[in-house]
Amino acid sequence: MPSPPELIIEAGRSEHQYWRDIWRYRELFYFLAWRDILVRYKQTAIGIVWALIRPLLTMVVFTVIFGKIAKLPADGAPYPILVFAAMLPWQFFANSLTESSNSLINNSNLIAKVYFPRLIVPSSAVVVSFVDFLVSGMILLGLMAWYDFVPSWRILTLPLWIAIAFAASLGVGLWLASLNVQYRDFRYIVPFIVQFGLYISPVGFSSSIVPQQWQFLYSLNPMVGVIDGFRWAIIGGESSLYLPGFLLSIGLVTLFLISGIWFFRKMERTFADVI
Amino acid sequence: MSEAVIKVENLGKRYVIGQQKQEKYSTLRDAIASSTKSIIRNVTSRQKTNSNQAEFWALKDISFEINQGDRIGIVGRNGAGKSTLLKILSRITEPTKGRIKLKGRVASLLEVGTGFHPELTGRENIFLNGTILGMTKLEIKQKFDEIVDFSEVEKFLDTPVKRYSSGMYVRLAFAIAAHLEPEILIVDEVLAVGDAQFQKKCLGKMKDAGKEGRTILFVTHNMAVLPNLCSRGILLNRGYIAVDDTVSEVVNTYLNLLEKASLEDLATRTDRRGKGKIRLTNVEFFVPDNSGVKNTLVTGLPAKFIFHLSQIKPGLYCVFTLYNQYNQPVANFNSMIHSQNDWQNPTGTKISCDIEELLLVPGRYQLNVGIGCNQEMQDHIEAVAIITVEPGILRGRAITKNSSYGSVCLPHIWNFT
Repeated sequence: MPSPPELIIEAGRSEHQYWRDIWRYRELFYFLAWRDILVRYKQTAIGIVWALIRPLLTMVVFTVIFGKIAKLPADGAPYPILVFAAMLPWQFFANSLTESSNSLINNSNLIAKVYFPRLIVPSSAVVVSFVDFLVSGMILLGLMAWYDFVPSWRILTLPLWIAIAFAASLGVGLWLASLNVQYRDFRYIVPFIVQFGLYISPVGFSSSIVPQQWQFLYSLNPMVGVIDGFRWAIIGGESSLYLPGFLLSIGLVTLFLISGIWFFRKMERTFADVI
Repeated sequence: MSEAVIKVENLGKRYVIGQQKQEKYSTLRDAIASSTKSIIRNVTSRQKTNSNQAEFWALKDISFEINQGDRIGIVGRNGAGKSTLLKILSRITEPTKGRIKLKGRVASLLEVGTGFHPELTGRENIFLNGTILGMTKLEIKQKFDEIVDFSEVEKFLDTPVKRYSSGMYVRLAFAIAAHLEPEILIVDEVLAVGDAQFQKKCLGKMKDAGKEGRTILFVTHNMAVLPNLCSRGILLNRGYIAVDDTVSEVVNTYLNLLEKASLEDLATRTDRRGKGKIRLTNVEFFVPDNSGVKNTLVTGLPAKFIFHLSQIKPGLYCVFTLYNQYNQPVANFNSMIHSQNDWQNPTGTKISCDIEELLLVPGRYQLNVGIGCNQEMQDHIEAVAIITVEPGILRGRAITKNSSYGSVCLPHIWNFT
């Protein structure tokens, strides 16, 4: 008989134990995400189609306003593809923020009554948004087929960009989730960030229209690097990466992720007492 | 073989009041305002004051050891620290000081059906709840049939649990929990729910778990199941361990403690729940027209209860329950269930309740009282008083301590036919 694992509980639990628990509870990531997706489309008439309609309509509106009316440059690709290549990571980021910042509050009964590493809750909210991301990715494939658009070899780097988008979503999501437990004000701040972010990120237009001297400053928004990366990989051709800005974005994403985990771990100890 | 599987050393948990009470969460505005205030205060007076942040130790210096296969009953009054202890043992919250060594997998059941989602079907919830409680998907698959069998809901497996009756819901939830196979099981009074037959089944399951060498920690108010289920008891009182001994010793001390509490002045007692806008300040009970003997009632005679309140408001109600010496409820009196003889419009600050004929057998009964207003509990106190019922005559039949069995005696007539 294997000797049962020994566990020590004291103020300021060991870090090592925590990550081992996350591994032990790995199936919970899947089940929480599965529950959220299942519940979302119960008692809806068209179900998962909702995940397609929202980005599709936004794309149409952006194409008409920025491409047809404002006549902004498209970097050599059809305007709908330009918009959609940015919509994918942006929607993923925005949904992740909304879902993960509320995730702890929505699962407050779990947090007050059972133990599991709390990090699983906001992370699985990000996983749910990732599923939406994959679903709306199909629209992009459809658009490419429609416009006969063949991507270059750069499309192979897409997993890397997805990973960066994931890190950005999780990092900011963790900050907002733990702050939201303590200060419910963040419930009102998050929709504002999401709405505001859509306009200050290059979603409806290419970041090449931003004047050269402002490029670096513009890259302080970490989503600029992520979106440019997606465009560079999908559109290829004329779209180019602004390297210093891109590195700045990556640096910020890393900073957000590490500090987000640190802050979450610090706040986590009191979640059950405060929530 | 007996080996310590749980070792608790000098455990303490501190709450900052205000973090726990009324204000469940703070807002950013309050945080900014109060930290600004404290900066200003520090600058101006240069002294640290924690005037509005009172500390409260829910647990102080708790130490004990539990061996493999022990079944421990944890008892104590409201606010004694039982729930806090369970929460720390199940790692929901961290201790402020001290340490605990645990050997083996711990599963805690602080609530039945935690994480059930009403929109999901029974089948889906088995998987979800099982994973939340710490089972792997494989384990759940292996035990799936057993769980369904135990819960007796197989006909409704593919129905969303929001359409379940509350009994089915509880049965399914307990069935999942009962099939966890942890080395240490922590249970918080979940048996208070479900019908009697199912409760029996649950108790049986827990007994089996104990026989298989699992360690069980069980919090309860029901003194009757304790000797049946547990091999040892721990009595907590105001954050300390009062007794750590055999079950009978613990039960006796607990009942004595309740009795002592009932002698305390009601107004100064702090172990109460509710909003507190209306408070119970005193209780009197006596036999009307019996030359003013207080705190004693007599079988077969009328009885009168008078509740003194801090104030009376429209929508007020009063609920009180009598418990026998095993802490099992015997009779419940609820002013919300109105009859036409009851009060119509409340005035004054006292409520009285008249019982025409006391049908309790002689013995000692505990009185719990709840005062509420418009569906909101205002003040709830356990063991407000211990009532002694003296032997008496019920419709010509003498009821003595020896002639009684059970807790109630109903008027009856014997005859030859």
